[in-house]
Amino acid sequence: MENLLRTPLYQEHILAGGQLVDFGGWALPLQYSGILEEVEAVRRRAGLFDVSHMGEIIVEGPQALAWLDTVLTNDISKLVDNQVVYTFMCYPHGGVVDDLLVYRYGPQKFLLVVNASNTQKDWDWLNQHIIPGVTLDNSTAVTGQLAIQGPLAQEVLQKLTSYRLDDLGFFRFTDPVEIAGVPVLVSRTGYTGEDGFEIYCRVEDTVKLWQEILREGEPQGIIPCGLGARDTLRFEAGLPLYGHEISQEITPLEAKLGFFVKLKKQVDFMGKAALVALKEKGLSRRLVGLNMMDKGIPREGYRVFNSEGQDIGYVTSGSFSPTLNTSVANVLVTADSVQEGTFLWVGVRKRRLKAKVTKLPFYQREAK
Amino acid sequence: MQLPTELKFTKEHEWLKFEGNRVTVGITDFAQKELGDIVYVELPELDEDLAEGDAFAVLESVKAAADVYAPLAGVVVEVNELLEDEPSLVNTDPFGEGWIAVFEADEDILIAGFMDAAEYQQFATEKE
Repeated sequence: MENLLRTPLYQEHILAGGQLVDFGGWALPLQYSGILEEVEAVRRRAGLFDVSHMGEIIVEGPQALAWLDTVLTNDISKLVDNQVVYTFMCYPHGGVVDDLLVYRYGPQKFLLVVNASNTQKDWDWLNQHIIPGVTLDNSTAVTGQLAIQGPLAQEVLQKLTSYRLDDLGFFRFTDPVEIAGVPVLVSRTGYTGEDGFEIYCRVEDTVKLWQEILREGEPQGIIPCGLGARDTLRFEAGLPLYGHEISQEITPLEAKLGFFVKLKKQVDFMGKAALVALKEKGLSRRLVGLNMMDKGIPREGYRVFNSEGQDIGYVTSGSFSPTLNTSVANVLVTADSVQEGTFLWVGVRKRRLKAKVTKLPFYQREAK
Repeated sequence: MQLPTELKFTKEHEWLKFEGNRVTVGITDFAQKELGDIVYVELPELDEDLAEGDAFAVLESVKAAADVYAPLAGVVVEVNELLEDEPSLVNTDPFGEGWIAVFEADEDILIAGFMDAAEYQQFATEKE
């Protein structure tokens, strides 16, 4: 653990009994009280996550908007000020460099929030393709980030700010705003499938923000949550994880995330030609959800078989789902085997366990 | 949690209870804490013949699967079927209701090869 990067909350994690693990070079808590309890807190009440390891890159300049539309798959020109959008950054062959959030301050200023394990790669990639009229600033090291997620997240956070959180729509942000007396950026975004917020602050304010939210949220039953709960929650909610559902080898179209790839966008963005060609040719493999019929837990990398016993693909993410109280998996399989209701088998150690192709996402919160 | 002094322990964080040539096997409190919430247990088959060191059961938490190893050569004569519906017993009562299986040892057991409670306590503390 000594050689790992530490977030500003490292001491807080140790004091709270967090079980620290190496996550992409960062020392972060896998869990505090337990994954089951933490998942339940987020689904029913609220949970607080340290996501300070995420990368933040600021893009500025007169060409910022036009340039981003050439390196990102979503239509950045459609964004209004204070809007957030989810997008991919693709290689020319259609594989994914990273998935990220784009925050638009104005036509000449954007914030990109990228995966921790990809921050350096993304930084290099962006610098490699930069054009005159655009400047980049990597603010990862000076930025702390918290995520407060769950049906009671707003109630808790509202106690710490005079800003009316009701005015903040889904995938909108405001900056600066004062929470617990410190200046932050707050957005109604998250990675859990619940309502909630992500808060970006100065590194030196992170501990205060963390402590104040936990203190104010105690009556609502808020608890600190680790990476285990975060991964389980995002998986249940059908949200992809880089390196699993999408990667350099897996295109967004195969991962059923074509909604975030605007192939009709005028701009010839990186990867467009390859993805258009792939769509015209038809996909040879596709991501689907499996619900386990037999007892057992499908894990990443396990092989998937059809009724004839042919190997047709593999598990990209698999887990016991605490919310559904059953085991489920995302699998990448040959495209002709994916109709809903089809039975498939997952090779778990010496056995082949029966499963049924099911609708994604596994979990969706009820609309308010 | 106090370690039961009548038990023996392995470096794989298993506990063993010897009764003649029968050995009950489970995992320690330290091990269940490391694994986190157990949500599924894959038990061995009855009459399964195991060599020392064979993986005979799998304990699965939400995020990971961990093998449990046979501490000695023998035959599985009992499995804890309660764990099929209540895997969390491994967490809540690791030294009692959370036992995993009973072996009948092939040969005379050399108890001296395992740690006693005090030795294991020290071993586990060093791991922390």
